[in-house]
Parts: sequence; structure tokens; C-alpha cells
Amino acid sequence: MDDEQPLFRWSWVESNWNSDSPNSIVNLLEAHVVMSLVPVVLGLLVSLPLGLACVRWRFLYQPTSAVMNVIYALPSLPLFMLLIPQTGLTRMTVIIPLTFYALAVLVPAVVDGMGSVPDHVRQSAVAMGFTPLRRLVQVELPIAVPVVLAGLRVVTVSSISLVSVGALIGQGGLGNLFTDAFQRDFYTPAIAGIVLIVLLALVGDGIVLAAQRLLTPWMRARRAS
Amino acid sequence: MITFDSVTKRYPDGFVAVDDLSLEAETGQITVLVGPSGCGKTTTLRMINRMIDATEGQILLDGSDVRQIDPPTLRRGIGYVIQQAGLFPHRKIVDNVATVPYLLGWEKKKARDRAMELLERVGLDPKMAQRYPFQLSGGQQQRVGVARALAADPPVLLMDEPFSAVDPIVRTSLQEELLRLQAELNKTIVFVTHDIDEAIKLGDKVAVLRVGGKLAQFAAPKTLLSEPADDFVREFLGRDRGIRRLSFVSSSYLKLRTDLTVTSSSAAGPSDDAWLMVVSEDGKPVGWLDRDEPFGTYVHGKDSLRAALDAALLSSSGQAVALDESGRVVGVATRKALDEALSEAADG
Repeated sequence: MDDEQPLFRWSWVESNWNSDSPNSIVNLLEAHVVMSLVPVVLGLLVSLPLGLACVRWRFLYQPTSAVMNVIYALPSLPLFMLLIPQTGLTRMTVIIPLTFYALAVLVPAVVDGMGSVPDHVRQSAVAMGFTPLRRLVQVELPIAVPVVLAGLRVVTVSSISLVSVGALIGQGGLGNLFTDAFQRDFYTPAIAGIVLIVLLALVGDGIVLAAQRLLTPWMRARRAS
Repeated sequence: MITFDSVTKRYPDGFVAVDDLSLEAETGQITVLVGPSGCGKTTTLRMINRMIDATEGQILLDGSDVRQIDPPTLRRGIGYVIQQAGLFPHRKIVDNVATVPYLLGWEKKKARDRAMELLERVGLDPKMAQRYPFQLSGGQQQRVGVARALAADPPVLLMDEPFSAVDPIVRTSLQEELLRLQAELNKTIVFVTHDIDEAIKLGDKVAVLRVGGKLAQFAAPKTLLSEPADDFVREFLGRDRGIRRLSFVSSSYLKLRTDLTVTSSSAAGPSDDAWLMVVSEDGKPVGWLDRDEPFGTYVHGKDSLRAALDAALLSSSGQAVALDESGRVVGVATRKALDEALSEAADG
């Protein structure tokens, strides 16, 4: 029998933490953060106008959400295959599908958020003499924030977790540690990867939650009362 | 003054919400639009501030056609109170009230000072200012709604069933509050309700609308009760129209008897059969002489004939005890006096 392998070896983590290799843990972490964050930010930027357009022109919503759902249902691997001819084995190949996944959650969140504005509130804003743009920015969007941010929390966490699939094309951020581990039948990198991804997800979720608390003191007042 | 000149609202599908409506809401008065649901009363109200545009006819606000005024500008000059208050949940009470001043570009401090002043005016504790709408009761929210509508001191106030979502006791106090405010402010108010009692209580003039947006009658409440234009109005007014009309007749028409009161010290009365009211030394009513029976009072000249009649019905003697405004007995209204006043009221 071989020497009994310990499940986790700290020495590996130490020697790989910040080495010169592009596959050092710090480098992978950085890649992971970028590839998971960019789709969230892009998703938010695109879903706002798209969602608002769906609210304004209701007939857009059905086809938009149908397309989103189909994309969401597509496994990421064939999406990578479709994209590789255009984008190669780069981060973009991971970022683009994840952005679509983010949109699939965030567009309905924006639509539902706008729908959460009570009718009497919207009408009183009209009657007070708000212009449409000012009403959107000062009344409707602030009231929609809790629903949109609830969607953003889901997207942030799922995006951080989904990036690791990119390891299939060598762009998985911390996910690369999994393929490394499985190829060598050596579990330390996999465990380190899982722990770091979970921690990253918790931090990301915490940041969105903090933003929500900051942006919606009136919800806290409501909870407290 | 708000003038409706043959105003019709027809929707593209052919549905007519308001049909050839002409009426005038006088400056400084409360004009109530009342009718069953589907009578177009809210549509009528919303055509004034152009939340809905009329398809035919003209609406004039102090002589100028509202269609000539850009809607946001028009609306900032017209207070609006909506059912359920429509407060902004994400803004503190003080900022809710200051909404229109902010829109008009007032300085923040000036707008907030004005808001605080109005909160007090509608009878709210200044401590409420820093709370959010969810922390207030329905009645308090509705008061904030009224304060918000008054914030920029608009000459015109539109009120769309503002008190129908609160319980009856709160509703009564809000109605009285509105009448008190109106006595101070003299706004031109257009008030929509489905409640005919509210219409009669608040309105200087009442427009009764029927389903299909047609005006059935436009008159002062008293006229409405005494001369309903047709069966629809009669039915809508409901039962005891006659009794309710007495609310508009002053009790000062009652001839009082002053010989039916005795001071507590002088015990002997003029006759054995008559009911005599014992009055304390400071003029307050004590009770019937030698009879331990209930009695009813009303304030002579201030209360209506209906209140006097009510007081008489509460007295075992069938007589109402008349008081002055400080609560001192000024006389007794006998059945005969009531009878005479009632028949006079019936004659118009």
C-alpha cells in the first residue's frame, strides 16, 4: 500500500498560494472574481433598460422572458462550444453565457420590482406633478429596489458558483483547482477550491445585502415596526 | 372656479365614462361628486388635473382651458388626495409632505419647515415627521395625505374617496377635520365619494351622477333632500330623507318656554302635570322635578332642528332642553313648539 494520503495538505496551499504560476491560488481567485462579477454588473446594466422596456411595452415581456428562459435552460458546455469560434479560450467565453444567465433572473426581477410599486403610489406621484422620468428615478425605482436586489443576490451567488464550469475550457478561476485535483487524484486543491468559492459567495451575498440595507432604510423601519 | 362645459370622455372601445357633463365648482366651496360605481365620478375628477384627458368639451380652471397647460405644471398647482393616501413608502413623513415643494424647487429647509407646519395643521404629532408611512395608522396616513396636498398652498384640492378606506369613527373625525380646515383655508375642493351621507355632510353643492356618466342633479344638499330631481336621485338618497333634511334647518326657529324651568332652591312648580326642568345655580340642567327620568339637550341656534328633535325623543317628557353654547339652560322646547317648527320646515 502507498502511504496514507491526508485529505488536506496545508503545505500545498502554502506553496501554491502566491507562486509565479498563472495557476497560483491568488491568480485563480482574481480570475474567479472578475469572471463572476462582470456578468453580474453587465446583467444589471442591461436588465434595467430591458426590464423597464418590458414594463413600458408589455407585449415585449412574453417573448423576452421566453428567450431568456431558453438560454437559461441551455447547458453551459454547448454554449461554450458555440462561442469558442468567436471568442476562443478566453474569459469572454465564460462571461457571455453567465451574463445571459444573470439576465434571465434580473429582467423578471426588474419587471416584478416595478410591479411591486402600489398603484395608488404611482397615481399619487402622477397627480403630484412628477414628470415621467423623475417619477421613475425618485419613486418607482427606489420602491423596486428590494425586489431587484433579491434577484441580484441570487445572481451573485449563482454566478460565483457557475464560473467553475469554465474549467472545462481552462477558464474556471478557482474551478481549475477541481480539474487539477481530479486529474491527479489529489483532493487538496479541490477542497481549497470549494472552501474559497463558498467564502467568495458569502462575501458577495453579504455585499449585496449591505447595499440593500443602505438603500432601503424604510424596509428596516417596516421590519422593526 | 372650475367649469365643466359639455365634457365627454369616450374610450376607444366606445365606452362612455362621462357623458356631456356641464357644471361649475365654485371658488372656496366644496363640490361633491357622488354616485354608484361606474358613474364616472373619478374620471370626472381626473380630467381636472389631466390624469385623464376629456375627448369632447372643455374644462376651465379660473377661465383657462386645462388642455393648454402642461400636465406636470398644472398638477403641481392642484392638491390631490387619493384613497389609501398613496404615500411614498420610501420617504419619511416630512419628505412625503414636502413632495410638491421639492418638485417646485424650494430649498430643502424651507420645504421641510412648511411640511412641519402642515403636519401640525392637520393634527399630527411632530414626532411622526421622522417616521416612514408603514409606521402610521390608516387615519394618520390619510391626514399626511391631506397635508401633502396642501403643502404648496394650491387654490384647488381634488379628493378622490379620501376617507373610504378607514373605519367609520376615524372617517367621522377626518370629515370634521376637513370642514374645520376648509373654514380656515377656503380652498376650491372637488370631492368624490360613493357615500351619500358623506356628500351631504361635506358638500356645499352635490352633483349626483348616474351610471354612464350622466349628471342626475346638481344642487345644495338641502335642495337635494327636499326636491330630488327624479326616482334615481330619490332612491340614491335612501330612506329618511325628511329626517335628514332637518339637519339643514336651524333650531333657532323653535319657540322656547322659559316658564318650565325651576332653580333647585325654589321647589314648587306652576302646575302638577307639567314636566319642570330643575336648573342648578350656575345654570346647568339637573333633571326633571320629582321625576327620575332621562332628558335630552341640544345647543339652541347652533344645533339643527334634527338635533333638537333627537333630544326630545331621548326625554321621557318628549321635550328638548335648550342650552346655550356654554351649557346653560335657556329654555325648554315643548312638543307643541317642535310640532310647529316641523310643519314650518315641511312647508319649505
